[in-house]
Amino acid sequence: MGTILSGLLLGGAFGFVLERAGFGNPNKLTGQFRLTDWSVFKVMFTAIVFAAVGLLILEKVGFVDGGSLFVPPSFLGAAALGGAFVGAGFAIGGYCPGTSVVGLMSGRMDAGIFLIGLLLGTIVFAGIYPSIESLTTLGEIANADSLPELLSVSSLSIDIAMVMAAVGVFALGSWMEKKSRGPVSSQEI
Amino acid sequence: MSQKNQHCPAPYWNPLIAGILLGIVLLSTFVVTGHGLGATGFTTRLTAWFGMYLLPVATNANDYLGGMVEEGKPLDAWISWQVVGVALGALVSAFFAGRIAVKLDGKRFLGGSSRPLTALFGGLLAGFGARIAAGCTSGLGLSGAAVLSLAGFTFLGTFFAVGLLASRFMKEEK
Repeated sequence: MGTILSGLLLGGAFGFVLERAGFGNPNKLTGQFRLTDWSVFKVMFTAIVFAAVGLLILEKVGFVDGGSLFVPPSFLGAAALGGAFVGAGFAIGGYCPGTSVVGLMSGRMDAGIFLIGLLLGTIVFAGIYPSIESLTTLGEIANADSLPELLSVSSLSIDIAMVMAAVGVFALGSWMEKKSRGPVSSQEI
Repeated sequence: MSQKNQHCPAPYWNPLIAGILLGIVLLSTFVVTGHGLGATGFTTRLTAWFGMYLLPVATNANDYLGGMVEEGKPLDAWISWQVVGVALGALVSAFFAGRIAVKLDGKRFLGGSSRPLTALFGGLLAGFGARIAAGCTSGLGLSGAAVLSLAGFTFLGTFFAVGLLASRFMKEEK
């Protein structure tokens, strides 16, 4: 089936790149929060900007229908609250959900424990869902799902701003890496 | 340098190179499927799958998980294959880079001897939070920001702010 093959291939490439970037390593991942290793930001910003600009180009040449792409709904309170929990979980546990799979595959037991925690967190959520259901639709912005819609500007201008922000992240990150112990290498224990 | 074995793992990729390749994978995913990459879509379905066998009555009656087990195949979704792919891709990469080592990692920065507890508690928080936001760092942060969504940018903003704050409480051990 196409679903199985595309899932395995795209997922496989995702996992391969994450591992090569060092994102199975909790010391490297949390180095972003200690501001000593900016790899997480550098990789994420680059990927986001590349995909955003790529989508814009593919839409312009008619290869992709922008209207058919999934854009998450603007429940901004829910996104903010969820982001806060995932951020705290990342800083304390050392992984985010996707990178914990990568960590486990390179033999890290703590990543396996993190994954068990993920399932427990899901159980807790499902268990109290009736009383917290309203949190999942918190803070809705009804008239816009994307930044260009909200600001009534073109996607191109947002993309340009993001490219500049990414350059800024690389400059700031590299400077702070030089001032501190620097990026975690694959040779370190 | 040329010898790759367990004691001398290959260096990590340059972040710019890794970022561009991740961008190519993300863009390809949007072109092929119409949506981005994810992770907790699978762990949620896995939770429903375990529930279906261990606590069938409670799982069926649950407002959140019940719908996923209605047809008896909670794992039957693209995201399941994608996460299986992530695991295989990571395994292949780690193997050829000489980076497979069974260990309890992260003790130095993440709780020392209580590392199993920080891993479990961190996972719990992340799993709970990803259900409130309906996405995680990959599904909502990375993929949501690539389509310039307000939800994606908002998620990344609080994710980083709270992560920065929370990591101040994790003291380094020697």
